[in-house]
Amino acid sequence: MARYVALIIVFAVLIGIFALGLERDPRKLPSVLIDKPAPEYALPRVKDPLSTTGSADYAGQMVLVNIWATWCAGCRQEHDYLLQLAARNEIPIYGIDWRDQRPQALKWLNELGDPYVASAYDEDGRVGIDWGVYGAPETFLVSRDGHVLYKHIGPLDESIWQTEFVPRIAAQGTAK
Amino acid sequence: MKPRQQRMLAVGLAAAGILVATVLSLQAFQENLMFYVEISEVTEGNAPKDRNFRVGGLVVDGSVRRQPGELEVEFTLTDYQNQLPVYYNGILPDLFREGQGIIAHGRLDDRGRFVADEVLAKHDENYMPPEVAESLAKHAAAQEAALEAEADQQ
Amino acid sequence: MIPEIGHFALVLALSIAVCQGVMPIIGAHKNDAALMSVARPAALGQFVFVSISFGCLAWSFLQSDFSVLYVANHSHRALPDVYKFSAVWGAHEGSLLLWILLLAGWTVAVARYSSDLPQPMMARVVGVLGLLSCGFLIFTLLTSNPFERLIPAPADGADLNPLLQDPGLAIHPPILYAGYVGFSVAFAFAIAAMLTGKLDGAWARWTRPWTLWAWLFLTVGIALGSWWAYYELGWGGWWFWDPVENASFMPWLAGTALVHSLAVTEKRGLFKSWTLLLAISAFSLSLLGTFLVRSGILVSVHAFATDPTRGLFILGFLGVVIGGALILYAWRAPDLDSTAGFRPVSRETFLLLNNVLLVIATTIILYGTLAPLIYDVFEWGKISIGPPWFEFAFALPMLPLVFLIGVGMHAAWRSQAFGPLVERLRIPGIAALVAGIAVPTFFYGRFGLLVSIGTIAGFWIMVVSLVDPLRSWRRARGTPGMTRSAIGMSLAHFGVGMFTLGVTIVSAFTIETDRSVRPGEQVDVAGFSFELVGLKNVQGPNYQAIEGEIEIRREGEFVAELRPQKRTYIVQQNPMTEAGIDAGWNRDLFVALGDPLGNNAWSVRIQYKPLIRFIWLGALIMALGGVVAASDRRYRLRAPAREHATSLSEEPA
Repeated sequence: MARYVALIIVFAVLIGIFALGLERDPRKLPSVLIDKPAPEYALPRVKDPLSTTGSADYAGQMVLVNIWATWCAGCRQEHDYLLQLAARNEIPIYGIDWRDQRPQALKWLNELGDPYVASAYDEDGRVGIDWGVYGAPETFLVSRDGHVLYKHIGPLDESIWQTEFVPRIAAQGTAK
Repeated sequence: MKPRQQRMLAVGLAAAGILVATVLSLQAFQENLMFYVEISEVTEGNAPKDRNFRVGGLVVDGSVRRQPGELEVEFTLTDYQNQLPVYYNGILPDLFREGQGIIAHGRLDDRGRFVADEVLAKHDENYMPPEVAESLAKHAAAQEAALEAEADQQ
Repeated sequence: MIPEIGHFALVLALSIAVCQGVMPIIGAHKNDAALMSVARPAALGQFVFVSISFGCLAWSFLQSDFSVLYVANHSHRALPDVYKFSAVWGAHEGSLLLWILLLAGWTVAVARYSSDLPQPMMARVVGVLGLLSCGFLIFTLLTSNPFERLIPAPADGADLNPLLQDPGLAIHPPILYAGYVGFSVAFAFAIAAMLTGKLDGAWARWTRPWTLWAWLFLTVGIALGSWWAYYELGWGGWWFWDPVENASFMPWLAGTALVHSLAVTEKRGLFKSWTLLLAISAFSLSLLGTFLVRSGILVSVHAFATDPTRGLFILGFLGVVIGGALILYAWRAPDLDSTAGFRPVSRETFLLLNNVLLVIATTIILYGTLAPLIYDVFEWGKISIGPPWFEFAFALPMLPLVFLIGVGMHAAWRSQAFGPLVERLRIPGIAALVAGIAVPTFFYGRFGLLVSIGTIAGFWIMVVSLVDPLRSWRRARGTPGMTRSAIGMSLAHFGVGMFTLGVTIVSAFTIETDRSVRPGEQVDVAGFSFELVGLKNVQGPNYQAIEGEIEIRREGEFVAELRPQKRTYIVQQNPMTEAGIDAGWNRDLFVALGDPLGNNAWSVRIQYKPLIRFIWLGALIMALGGVVAASDRRYRLRAPAREHATSLSEEPA
């Protein structure tokens, strides 16, 4: 009898380890930047290479910083939702067009719509590195005093917005 | 020998065999284990001395050097705080390029140079190995904080 | 419209699967014939609707309907039609649908070819399969719906990963999944037996052919994957001990042990607990493989990019299915009786050793695969385990096993006298010893102790497997020949020998070199001269490439011309290497282009790989042996019902 129970115990332990492993997945782990100052940057705009946009534009505001690119399927998936979110005027969204081609990016914004206050053109991905980006899409919640409150990896949708972003935004509102 | 003793001897031999095999394989396991070491740890001297380990970082722009026509290549990896010179004799993976996050297996030589016997790039050029991204962001943040502290003091 | 039909069909399939899963099992418990008879039509109904769903997805791909998110993510207008079709299973959602389709297919087959099964047994088996289908269907509909829409539809898709645009990889998943899913049949039979508390020779006889078929599909699937990796990944390797590869190998090892254990249970009514546990393990390892690959928990070049919430779901499913099976096992296994006995030297002993060694090998691979995860969870560091450890640790149980195969297959049931065994195996043994030492030393130029052990082992199994067929061929007229079961066994073991020989020789005598070469220059490897004649640009349907022309000569005589390419696929802009390979039964010559090095030179990888084809040929012969054995008259499933077949004859398993 004992060896059968042992078998079940070993199996249960394995399941436990797997569950822990899933929790620790880098995609679910808070980014190393949480509660640290968000990286500062200034880059040419996607829509106008002669003018710049960057962290100075939103200093003092709570914003979303969204990493996107035209080659990224998940970005296409979340794009419609970003348009909805922007239309609701709940929070300004700043974009960083990561490792992309300007002509394609312009086409994308013109044809599909532009949910961003401004999109920075990060052609070689340097700024993305500063943000610890390891894939697209990623969305950061930045507080009024310029700290990273939350990072979401993967396409954004309403349920994630409600569960992860809204509570954090509300907490910031009452804290200050 | 009686059958029962024969049986016990057989079981005993089998058990001994399994024990030996287990010990051997666990030992080999320890020897073959490769740890991932951050570049800053390597430059601070905390890397394993005489065994293989893994490093990951960004290939520094302009650091890829090879004699024209030669296979040997040298380049520098960074985690934004420190840099590590890497030497490799072989064909680099398809997705290797400057500014790319890569992982290398190998060991340090006495000159502090990392001699790689394998260089890996993630199979999709737009994604970075998670360990590399994590350590890069960590060190980028630390560097910025250090710069800020310096600025404050002035 | 079509995607919606596909989606709806899946929902219908789920509701039928629920009936299929619940009603027959209750019916079997209460001996209610009406409830039990739901099984067959439900199985058929589920299969029909799953097929419709699969067809709708395939249609969406072939019509390039980019309003379907999955199609937009994995297809492109310029993609050749055959890959538009294989793209259906190219990523997570679609491959799940393939899994469900195959599960429904196996279920229908079991329902159809079960006329000699008592109805309660059939009802339970089909019921368990139905419950498994429910789990996968719910998972797909809730978290991985392939029919999700993307409005407005993009003008063109993101293209299929170029690595998957290849015939070998196109059919690899269907065959591999057929194997994984096929083990669910053995699992279902095991659950059915545990529910009734009865396990006898008849049960083993029913289970065995299904297990053989699943096993041989898995064998071919794994061999295909290995062969594909060899010629497509560009670097000449054929097995990397990658977590995803290990995830397919572990069920195979358990499945092999299961096939052998079933033989003992069928013939002698022994090893019942072993057989049950192995049946549970083989399918559990398949499920574990699915989890590892799809949950994002392991980083691997093969793994699907997916998210941890899906992983939690699969983990939960895993827990319920395997946990439930283990609890049933703990409840029933102690009561399984076995009365027969056997002597220390007997076929039973060898098969017991076979089970033990295969289980040890599986555990070793499981440990190596999970160790990086365990270390990470407990924060002991980020580690990786390389192939050298796997090779060493795996060889530890395998080497003795390989030698025992030769002896075991000639041992008689219950009791085998030492003398006649030695007598029969003496000459093959000497032949193997001689060949095993001579071949590496004289053909490949080097004597090594480890190498020779491997080659002796390979030759040993090959020669010893031929003993029985030779005797049968030269038998007196009128005496009975070998059964298909026996022929299959000899064939399969011969394949194992070939495989072992191939692995040993390739591992020991591969010559691999990276060189810098200019057009007009040549490199000498293994007695062959490789000349880079020139380079040019070529255009493919959806890629551009630089192609090298390599001429191979041996002692001045022309051997082959190879055209390795460095491709850039238009959409994803990823570079890819297409190797040039000159294949031969006894060696492969392998050339791959690296990068331009400046000064008109290119880096080139040249490899000489002796006997590498023996690896896949051996695997195919193993699978062929499985086909032959499964077609044995004993298993003709349309035969009239026979009672317990616990015969004690001298017939080999």
